[in-house]
Amino acid sequence: MSDRAAATIVWAVAISVTGVFLWLLADIVWHGFGQISWGFLTSLPRDAGRQGGLSSILVATALILLVCMAASLPLGVGTAVLLSEFSRESLFGRGVRRSLDVLAGVPSIVFGLFGNAFFSKVLGMGFSILSGGLTLACMVLPILIRATEEGLRSAPNEYRLGAAALGVSRTKTLLHLLIPAAIPGLMVGFVLGLGRAIAETAALLFTSGYVDRMPESLLDSGRALTLHIYDLSMNVPGGDRSAYGTALVLILLLFAINSAAWGIAGRWRDRRIVTE
Amino acid sequence: MNELRTEGLTLRYREKPAFADVSLSVRPGSLTAIVGPSGCGKTSFLNCLNRLTDLIPGATASGSIRLGDLEILKPDLDVVSLRRRVGMIFQKPNPFPLSIRKNLEFPLREHGVRGRAELDGILERTLREVGLWDEVKDRLGSSAMSLSGGQQQRLCFARALALQPEILLLDEPCSALDPLSSGVVEDLIVRLKQRYTLLAVTHNLAQARRIADVVAVFWVQEGAGRLIEVGPAAQVFEAPRDPLTAAYVNGMRG
Repeated sequence: MSDRAAATIVWAVAISVTGVFLWLLADIVWHGFGQISWGFLTSLPRDAGRQGGLSSILVATALILLVCMAASLPLGVGTAVLLSEFSRESLFGRGVRRSLDVLAGVPSIVFGLFGNAFFSKVLGMGFSILSGGLTLACMVLPILIRATEEGLRSAPNEYRLGAAALGVSRTKTLLHLLIPAAIPGLMVGFVLGLGRAIAETAALLFTSGYVDRMPESLLDSGRALTLHIYDLSMNVPGGDRSAYGTALVLILLLFAINSAAWGIAGRWRDRRIVTE
Repeated sequence: MNELRTEGLTLRYREKPAFADVSLSVRPGSLTAIVGPSGCGKTSFLNCLNRLTDLIPGATASGSIRLGDLEILKPDLDVVSLRRRVGMIFQKPNPFPLSIRKNLEFPLREHGVRGRAELDGILERTLREVGLWDEVKDRLGSSAMSLSGGQQQRLCFARALALQPEILLLDEPCSALDPLSSGVVEDLIVRLKQRYTLLAVTHNLAQARRIADVVAVFWVQEGAGRLIEVGPAAQVFEAPRDPLTAAYVNGMRG
């Protein structure tokens, strides 16, 4: 009897959690599907986004993500290598790890204010894609670093000892054995980071701005998908349909990024096994 | 071939000694087996000889290890060239997650061997040396992880031999293998004996008796591993001088 009750509760919880997600998804698909067309993706927004499409928004979003990943990947992998291979037990390593954990929990609006103060004002980048991308980079770094570090740590110690016993330098061991072994971890961090970045609104409000015309350079202001949704649903009467369409595009993009990342990770690992 | 000799060698992990005051000469071109109960510092001793202890935080070796004229414990020693001269085989086969070919080529390239013809020559020669060539020659491009445990261990031997070491350190090379593979690897070790100096840690006394020329017995005394007896295999097994050795080899026999 009590087993059955427990099972019922567990199932009910599982179904309601999944149900909420499915409802949300269904709602967006239901309202947004009719919006999406080739024209919607390739034309500029008109009439504050009520009419027209998303082209400039998509370009701005892509550029912001590109800046974010270009800045955070090398920094993230470098720091993860430092933490996992060169300062595993040290005081310094523990300090860095602790600060990263704190940073990972900082609300995005704080990153937004920091980005505004540092990148936009101190470094003089103003409201720009560059400033927004770099702010997002700061935000995703903790996730990226910790996931990559976990990946490196999970590489068996036998690789390190075996390579050292053969007189292989630490750098080459890292490049040829440990980092490839950490690729799945790195990919997890990358996807989580990208997911967080593409879903971010508050931090971008203060840094990349919300001008909806086509950006002409990285120093131009640009409006990300999330900000477009926010603006359409809060500030633009009659913008709901476009907001739904944009939300659906955002979700599809997330799915696409996830599957692409896993596909690339898989292929990369397979290729390393095969002879040159 | 150069003689390997330790004098008063002690290894500490932080303050705790793993083994203390070990003086041992390894005759070139012979197989010396190191036996003794678990935790008496046998593997730690082996790890000192190619400076693998450098990788263990807090480990410090004192005393002296000489390979010919070279002082291995010298702080500014070029460990890369040392490890080329002193190869090592681990208890658990540890091929890299690369193809069979790359497992051999990766360390060779690291040591400056680049030519295709030269690499192919060494590949075939060492794989033949460990009796693996006929088993893998048609699938050099497939993953080393697809080999059986015994094959993996022989690949590790080939990988070490490819660098043409003078000395091979064997850390229980058969203990993780099934009896059949273990036999194959044991035969390989006997074949290698003529051309290399071998130093093997083993828990298998029967095996030590079959293949070792010299046996060194480690024992924990006063909180640290110590070398309590060393001599020709026949003498250590038939007429041990130390009562602890006698109890150990007899206990294992019964």
